[in-house]
Amino acid sequence: MDFKLKIWRQKNTTAKGRFETYNISGISPDASFLEMLDILNDQLIEEGGDPVAFDSDCREGICGMCSLYINGRPHGPDHGITVCQMHMRNFKDGEMITIEPWRAKPFPIIKDLMVDRGAFDKIIQAGGYISVNTGGVPDANAIPIRKENADLAMDAAACIGCGACVAACKNASAMLFVSASVSHFTLLPQGRVEAKERVKAMVAKMDELGFGNCSNTGACEAECPKEIKLTNIARLNREFYKAHVS
Amino acid sequence: MSRFLGSSITRKITMALLGLFLILFLPVHLGINFLLLKSDPEPFNKAAHFMATFWLVKGFEVLLLASFLLHIFYGILLQIQNWLARGKQYKITNYSQTSFFSKFMIWTGLIIFIFLIIHFMNFYFIKIGWVQGDPENFYGVAHQLFNIPAYIILYVFSFLILGFHLAHAFWSAFQTLGWNTAGLSPVFKVLGILYAILIPLGFTLIPLIIYFS
Amino acid sequence: MVTLNSKVPEGPIAEKWTNYKAHQKLVSPNNKRKLDIIVVGTGLAGASAAASLGELGFNVKIFCYQDSPRRAHSIAAQGGINAAKNYQNDGDSIYRLFYDTVKGGDYRSREANVYRLAEVSNNIIDQCVAQGVPFAREYGGLLTNRSFGGALVSRTFYARGQTGQQLLLGAYGALERQIAKGTVTLYNRREMEDLVVVDGKARGIIVRNLITGKLERHFGHAVVLATGGYGNVYFLSTNAMGSNVSAAWQAYKKGAYFANPAYVQIHPTCIPVHGDYQSKLTLMSESLRNDGRIWVPRKKEDAEKIRKGELKANDIPDEDRDYYLERRYPAFGNLVPRDVASRAAKERCDAGYGVGPTGLAVFLDFKDAIERLGKDVIEARYGNLFQMYEKIVDDNPYETPMMIYPAIHYTMGGLWVDYELMTSIPGLYAIGEVNFSDHGANRLGASALMQGLADGYFVLPYTIQNYLADEIGTPRMSTDLPEFREAEENVQERLSKLMGIKGQHAIDKYYKELGHIMWDHVGMSRNEQGLKEGIEMIRRIRDEFWHKIRIPLTLNELNTELEKADRVADFLELAELMALDALNRKESAGGHYREEYQTEEGEALRNDDEYMYVAAWEYKGPDKPPELHKEPLKFEYIKVQTRSYK
Repeated sequence: MDFKLKIWRQKNTTAKGRFETYNISGISPDASFLEMLDILNDQLIEEGGDPVAFDSDCREGICGMCSLYINGRPHGPDHGITVCQMHMRNFKDGEMITIEPWRAKPFPIIKDLMVDRGAFDKIIQAGGYISVNTGGVPDANAIPIRKENADLAMDAAACIGCGACVAACKNASAMLFVSASVSHFTLLPQGRVEAKERVKAMVAKMDELGFGNCSNTGACEAECPKEIKLTNIARLNREFYKAHVS
Repeated sequence: MSRFLGSSITRKITMALLGLFLILFLPVHLGINFLLLKSDPEPFNKAAHFMATFWLVKGFEVLLLASFLLHIFYGILLQIQNWLARGKQYKITNYSQTSFFSKFMIWTGLIIFIFLIIHFMNFYFIKIGWVQGDPENFYGVAHQLFNIPAYIILYVFSFLILGFHLAHAFWSAFQTLGWNTAGLSPVFKVLGILYAILIPLGFTLIPLIIYFS
Repeated sequence: MVTLNSKVPEGPIAEKWTNYKAHQKLVSPNNKRKLDIIVVGTGLAGASAAASLGELGFNVKIFCYQDSPRRAHSIAAQGGINAAKNYQNDGDSIYRLFYDTVKGGDYRSREANVYRLAEVSNNIIDQCVAQGVPFAREYGGLLTNRSFGGALVSRTFYARGQTGQQLLLGAYGALERQIAKGTVTLYNRREMEDLVVVDGKARGIIVRNLITGKLERHFGHAVVLATGGYGNVYFLSTNAMGSNVSAAWQAYKKGAYFANPAYVQIHPTCIPVHGDYQSKLTLMSESLRNDGRIWVPRKKEDAEKIRKGELKANDIPDEDRDYYLERRYPAFGNLVPRDVASRAAKERCDAGYGVGPTGLAVFLDFKDAIERLGKDVIEARYGNLFQMYEKIVDDNPYETPMMIYPAIHYTMGGLWVDYELMTSIPGLYAIGEVNFSDHGANRLGASALMQGLADGYFVLPYTIQNYLADEIGTPRMSTDLPEFREAEENVQERLSKLMGIKGQHAIDKYYKELGHIMWDHVGMSRNEQGLKEGIEMIRRIRDEFWHKIRIPLTLNELNTELEKADRVADFLELAELMALDALNRKESAGGHYREEYQTEEGEALRNDDEYMYVAAWEYKGPDKPPELHKEPLKFEYIKVQTRSYK
């Protein structure tokens, strides 16, 4: 298959970027999107050019490192997957593909298509955990947990922290990310103990970092590679005022 | 406490509560408007008079006005924050599947705001004496306006836009209030759509019936 | 040859660890904050160790090459984590987990280490549940288990097909909590380039800031490597793109012994290779073998027709299918250990029964399980795995059997460590996959997560104090010391040399070639001639690499090609050591299969008289062969037998 690629190139955080167009041909429909970019990069190096910088690591959809905004959608045209899991058969032969980095104030561009998502780590530092030290914990079966709650907690905990929710949201809001973490812990008896402190601290940190406000458009849910649900955001709102009012 | 008042979620909850208050007011207003269909102006004028003079309603009116203003103020404030949060815009605008009407809330909101100003000029400002007219005969004012085709077009358009606004607003308010669960969310969605169709439909039918009869 | 002192404590095996802890030296709380500990790597081992050390009050610095600690490749582990809880009342015990692990490792692991691993396995589950890891549960609210290869009991705890992710997020949360408290400082997007040794003790590291390209010096009273395995030497593996051997390799060059490099694990259930543009292989969890049945056509002509696309898997009637694992190993069936399952698949494919376009694949069939349990149950158990398979292969595994083939997955070999997890350099520790100790010649499924967390939460935080207790008088050292300067200069020189090659080819060209050599000559089955040829080829490709690659841009900026070249340069050296070790070990054991040493039925044939030892290699210089040191293995609590799963 042949493609025309329009890719955002930017030397560093402060540099002014621009789009460059590249042609690539002879790509197998079974190649993954990132493998297609690998081929492009090897081609650029052999031609004496500079390869396109993009993040990727596990290439099986779980590390959350890859982050490309392809033809107007984070992680590209398919549902429920990251860009590393997307294959070229999802595109038409000869198609023009525009690739942009995640765009959000709290995610500054490092180079080309790489962005700094350290803001997510900062939100987790504010309270995305259960405060227990190693050792001295009760037996794993000491507290039975409703299967339904354990399953819902797992649904939320599946978040890979890729930032597609922020990239997709017209407001660059991080509510889905925060709500996934809050939901995960809130649904478990172990996490309920410090539920109030957690939700207060995480929301305050999210606001401080400059993410936008949620307007319930649902773009985050539509683009989340782990299909995390909007009901988590409702739960976050609920937990938030419960924590402040009661 | 400042972490509560200054929080994005608090602002949104405020937006939602104000919005729901306004949503509750709409059927009351519509109920009174239906009296315009009677050939006798008396019931409508009486109702309007009652609304204008009864102390409880007057108190309610202040609340309503404040709600409008606060809802608009917060709407604009949040929107500006949201634009700033993106930074540089994408070249290709987002194609994600989203609640369609949610994308235009600020614009539909502003159009409704403009309509409100016109509406106020026609009625409320007469009542408080800013604009000339007979505050005891709103029935007459309404019937007069509903015979101007341009006004009817503006009126119908505005309610169409209100429908768009409500189509997202209704469900969204419950989402922000945290009432949406996997089970309830679809219910609010359907109710919201029904509401967004029926209320504007009721409002727009009145001038059309008056004009064509 | 020096004698390797494994420092295994005296006493009966079940009491060794308790005795050790009772008598070891500890550091007082006011002294802990005066001591700096460097941890490299933020996977299960690194994150759990750094968090635990931070909680204890040490001053910890943690490094990772990714943008966030949460991205470490532990996150990709799917199936589960073992523990001897015996919640299922099916006869499990610490001893049985110990026994299974030693047997699974083909009697090439250190007995005392494995027993300790089994002993702390239960604490791990308790710890993770307390952290909020959402393990699978029964309707009664208690934890449930599944079975994994090489065990006759159900002892594997799991969180859907994302157990590694959930465990890592638990450790990551604990780590972030310490970062917020200031006990741990995170240095992300840093690659470790060298180890700094002062007066014979590990005292720091040189890292490259991957964003700015600048080299940085960091001091620590002790250095802990938690940098994972070296499976990426094969180019195609289930490892992440960035997984590399560089930290361990620099430690080796500074004097840490590298043990059993030939022991690599080939995982039987991966999605087959489909093209030479492919960048990595995707694992399908071993848990699939709980319900899936592995088969190839019984008749060669059927297999041929399937390869040509003339026949579909579902066209083959049951009597014409060869469920070869059930046939060869009736006791364990589809749940034989990984090395056995992988070799059996290769044997069938080599004999001409393979399927798929390349003939290098076997079927993993869920038809019977779906009939027996219903599609819903199978979907609940493996839904996300099936979905992943379908996304990659474009085939629906509910309707047609999956195609799988073995792939490089894990490396049992690694830096030699003693009972305290210290390498042969005082003050340098290796935890998790980067060390060699617990899995012998083959690792059982769901044991890697167990080992990483055991080392990080419950072993290292104790044993490191035994060393640090004597370091409380050592003040923090200046990084201007000549040892730091020299190390940085060496790194600068190596990187400049790479930049200076100015050939014309991309690194992938040589990296892929190295991968092919390794797979063909130092892969699933090995022989003397092939290994010797392999060594020649590795040397040739290394030479070409150092003359023909082209790295664009400069040293002092983000340069992904330079990062890759830096890693591949180390792989090119490691590859030779692996082949050398494989050549030295004239027996078949676990993942190391020498064709010359097999039983009449084609099973691995160990040579316990001559090779019951750990081969620890010492670096002697760039052009000198490494020196072999042997740590004899003694089994006092397990009777050494021929490993049989029949």
